[in-house]
Amino acid sequence: MNKPKRTAGAAQHRITARGAMQSAWQTHWRTARESLARLLRTPGATAMTVAVIGIALLLPSGLLLSMDNLRTLSGSLGGVSQISLYLEDEVSQVEAEALSAQLLTRDDIELARYVSPEEGAADFVRYSGLGDILRALEENPLPGVIVLTPAMLDSPAAAALQQELAAQPGVDSVQIDLEWVDRLQRILTLTERASTGLLLILSLAVLFITGNTIRLAIEGRRAEIVVVKLVGGTDSDVALPFLYCGALYGLSGGLAAWVLLMLGLLTLQGPANELLRLYGSDLVIAGPGAGSTILLIAGGTLLGWAGAFISVKQHLAAIEPR
Amino acid sequence: MITFDNVSKRYPGGHQALNQVSFGLEDGEMAFLTGRSGAGKSTLLKLLMVMEKPSQGQIVVDGKNLGRLPHQQIPYYRRRIGVVFQDHQLLFDRSVFENVALPLQIEGYPKHEADRRVRAALDKVGLLKKEKMNPLMLSGGEQQRIGIARAVVNRPRILLADEPTGNLDPELAAEIMHLFEQFNQVGVSMLIASHDLSLITRLQHRILTLDQGELVQDAWQSALPTRQEPHQRSQE
Repeated sequence: MNKPKRTAGAAQHRITARGAMQSAWQTHWRTARESLARLLRTPGATAMTVAVIGIALLLPSGLLLSMDNLRTLSGSLGGVSQISLYLEDEVSQVEAEALSAQLLTRDDIELARYVSPEEGAADFVRYSGLGDILRALEENPLPGVIVLTPAMLDSPAAAALQQELAAQPGVDSVQIDLEWVDRLQRILTLTERASTGLLLILSLAVLFITGNTIRLAIEGRRAEIVVVKLVGGTDSDVALPFLYCGALYGLSGGLAAWVLLMLGLLTLQGPANELLRLYGSDLVIAGPGAGSTILLIAGGTLLGWAGAFISVKQHLAAIEPR
Repeated sequence: MITFDNVSKRYPGGHQALNQVSFGLEDGEMAFLTGRSGAGKSTLLKLLMVMEKPSQGQIVVDGKNLGRLPHQQIPYYRRRIGVVFQDHQLLFDRSVFENVALPLQIEGYPKHEADRRVRAALDKVGLLKKEKMNPLMLSGGEQQRIGIARAVVNRPRILLADEPTGNLDPELAAEIMHLFEQFNQVGVSMLIASHDLSLITRLQHRILTLDQGELVQDAWQSALPTRQEPHQRSQE
């Protein structure tokens, strides 16, 4: 580091590069503390702004979190999705088991299990509670069934598989439990897109909320801005406290959204998990991961900062000492 | 240090605030700027602060042509000039100390260095014991001295003052002027706008007199033997 030249007049201004960095850090630290203190001096107004930002951020993040959970759920449902091959009556048990074994050799089929009409009847009695009806019948009306678990789930491939299986000798009909999963996927995609739109709109709202709050702050501190400019403050010197204010609003709003999200999650998690268990799923409702949490809070901070930045650009230049 | 060359200022409304004003202020010189209200004293100081731009002519301060100063350079130029305002321009949401420290904060002085300088400046104006108080709790004279401490805290080479004794009683006014003379003695160039003729004629410095925007008199009042010959520009 070279020693600064001592020239007349500037002699007293000994600011080295390291000193400048240190003092820039000091300036930022001081400004951040002062901005925080300023916000805390009007707790009511600050809480109101933070709450509005928090709610605006909560809506889309809550929706996106629900989407995430539903997607995991539908994925797991897709994984266990079954194909039932109803066999013709003439097919004997040996033939059926041979067909089942043959199907198992295919790449697109992971699991194949033959359920004989007797087993089917037993299952029916056990699970449906309508055993009496079955017993009242003279003959077992149930056909033999081969229950398949396919390897993949995308619907055109599944449809092709269905056709192929239906053409097998001895197969009466093929039933695929796919349609509702497919519909759910589509609904999810639609809702997800709508949520993204909502996210954009509400992000804009956060931008405007902070922008407007900062505009009022600028008006309230007009005298200070004039003085700072008079004693040689640059536009960025003047802007810095407002940018910190905006970022703090955004940060607190992001934190508020996160807290609300977690509260909502805690409230809903119990009943939702119970519901999932009733459907035989061992999935549990997931909260926002570390990544999403950071994204929410950092995103809030960034939006607050950006709102302040826009406001500062618009209103600060107009305040000049006269 | 300061050169006005045929400077005119006409405000958008058509008011001719300054008309063909030319003068020079040497490095280390002290001068008063006087004239009735509306004669153009404040406009002249505003031009020096680049709060306004001249409509005509050029102003050179410390080698810088103010008319060609880019907008983003203005703050850095202002940091080299100390200004004392008639209405003090203090901030009442912070202490005396913080008011004086403002220019150093802006310039990015390390805290310990800034603290030392603020105390030195406050000591100079006799307010060291009141550094923690709010300026609102102090008298007009004391507020003016806070403004002076703030103006000199980063040791500018030029000090401008706009009616610094405007609202003060004669004794306090003389005290403030004495303070300015002390700064001048350590080499600070000074231009002080004041309509208090009885006070400034007693002080034996150069007096520039404005009337309706024109420089009508540039007279040297010096009886000080150490002064060099006045820098005189004939205006008569």
